[in-house]
Amino acid sequence: MTDVSSTSTPAAAAAAGAGAPRRTDDVVRLTAAETAAAIAAGELSAQDATLAALDRIAKVDEAVHAFLHVDAEGALAAARAIDARRAAGEKLGPLAGVPLALKDVLTARGMPTTCGSRILEGWRPPYDATVVSRLRAADVVILGKVNMDEFAMGSSTENSAYGPTRNPWDLTRIPGGSSGGSAAAVAAFEAPLSIGTDTGGSIRQPAAVCGLVGVKPTYGGVSRYGLVAFSSSLDQAGPLARTVGDAALLHAAIAGHDPLDSTSVDLPVPPVVEAAARRDIRGLRVGVVRELSGEGYDPGVQAAFDAAVQELAGLGAEVVEVSCPHFTYALAAYYLIAPSECSSNLARFDAMRFGLRAGDDGRAGAEEVMSHTRDVGFGAEVKRRVMLGTYALSSGYYDAYYGQAQKVRTLISRDFAAAYEKADVLVSPTTPTPAFPLGDKVDDPVSMYLSDLCTIPSNLAGGPAMSLPAGLVGGLPAGIQIMAPAFADDRLYLVGGALEAALEARRGHPLLDEAPAL
Amino acid sequence: MAITRDEVANLARLSRMSLSDAELDALAPQLEAILGAVARVSEVAAADIPPTSHAVPLTNVFRADVTRPSLPVADVLAGAPAAEEGRFRVPRILDPDE
Repeated sequence: MTDVSSTSTPAAAAAAGAGAPRRTDDVVRLTAAETAAAIAAGELSAQDATLAALDRIAKVDEAVHAFLHVDAEGALAAARAIDARRAAGEKLGPLAGVPLALKDVLTARGMPTTCGSRILEGWRPPYDATVVSRLRAADVVILGKVNMDEFAMGSSTENSAYGPTRNPWDLTRIPGGSSGGSAAAVAAFEAPLSIGTDTGGSIRQPAAVCGLVGVKPTYGGVSRYGLVAFSSSLDQAGPLARTVGDAALLHAAIAGHDPLDSTSVDLPVPPVVEAAARRDIRGLRVGVVRELSGEGYDPGVQAAFDAAVQELAGLGAEVVEVSCPHFTYALAAYYLIAPSECSSNLARFDAMRFGLRAGDDGRAGAEEVMSHTRDVGFGAEVKRRVMLGTYALSSGYYDAYYGQAQKVRTLISRDFAAAYEKADVLVSPTTPTPAFPLGDKVDDPVSMYLSDLCTIPSNLAGGPAMSLPAGLVGGLPAGIQIMAPAFADDRLYLVGGALEAALEARRGHPLLDEAPAL
Repeated sequence: MAITRDEVANLARLSRMSLSDAELDALAPQLEAILGAVARVSEVAAADIPPTSHAVPLTNVFRADVTRPSLPVADVLAGAPAAEEGRFRVPRILDPDE
């Protein structure tokens, strides 16, 4: 990874060349768009692209531990089928032959789905999530399932029952969470694309600390059918990629109305791919959120954010300051609403229909078996949140906790609405700090929860939000978050595409040019 | 916000998790710390504010009542801890003395 040429896309330059043998190291550094274009042009086979990704996984995943399950056979079969269809002159999907790492919270028929939990160890779902059906329809090659905090509860991937994932920028640090396996796989060049899910920041925070682009689409924009529910009113699947353009291609492939999810919204998919390529933000109003800065924010992260905002102003955007006073209560409201919903959702893990059943000795009753299974099957953070939610929903406490949190949720939405009268998009740092060392916060849940301070408001209000690399702080990536009104996801890509191009022209691509070799 | 060990034990029972004594001891102070942090929501004057349960205002989402193919029973039962005669086999649900 030290062989960097002076061209704007060194990997593309190195991997191109008529008839030149493609080295695995070069192929895995291609973007998804470059990979798809090379396959469409017949310069690279889908099989070779898949083999290159599998080689890379074999080489680096022991150190990174992004993958929980690698489906080499299935991925190669899918790739060969794509090559055969191309040879037959069939029209292929827009991401034909591009390898992808799937977060282990989405079902893919016949592939293990653990959600990072012992309680689902060995379970193979009998159906595809809608996101997965759409990936297959776009001819994406699914490499396997990647690690996550158990049931997507966490900010470090240390809550996985199958061991933590490591940050490719510094293997002693966390890759973020809960989509830590997704972010680490893309940052380690094991796959150009990954699907993550975001309930309170679980796509954006890992993207920020791994130097990637990550997007939480508008709630209702992407089907939740086949996404194992944590907090149903907040969960949303979305793309992680190394460039804004790649994220847009993946976003467009998975979004759109689905009758199988009654919370999916029947509206056209915003024109994200076109927006990512436009790169003209003159006159666009960018609102800096006053409440998402100050005490607790790492000075280096703040400086990288401020420099990115300067860059936006330099591109002709009109930068204004906005105030969202109730954002300071978002974290508290989230840690009542999400655990409440999770305590209800996780009741389905009852040891009766799927997954683990422990202590069924023929004498124990169903409730005894259920309680024992949930004790041995769930990890510490899941237990904490289930109990917290049970508490917040219990009679006598409901109004003071869950009810009050729902009212704060209304006030946060109103803060957003007022801010969008003054600005077209809002910006903040994605996370208050860069990646922290593994083990640093495992015994201090409240401190861990602060990782999602800036990302939670968008989940509560439902609007879309993107994290993209703002710069490096002491050799570690820091992210800038862009937020937009509901169903204006294309604005994220417009601003993100312009900012990415300006920052790269100044100092190169952080991952391609600056990440340490693995 | 004080939370007693007995309350934690009751929450564990309601949550159907047979936690060990060590787990109950560890959870009491952790839940207390988390509840102390989230109790901040009470500082917000919100008496007249309607609650939001869902970010997207959708009501009464209907679909046509038509039959669709469902998953084969064998596929569904393949992931069950125990199955018998095309059904989920579960531990006894009634007390033999009742």
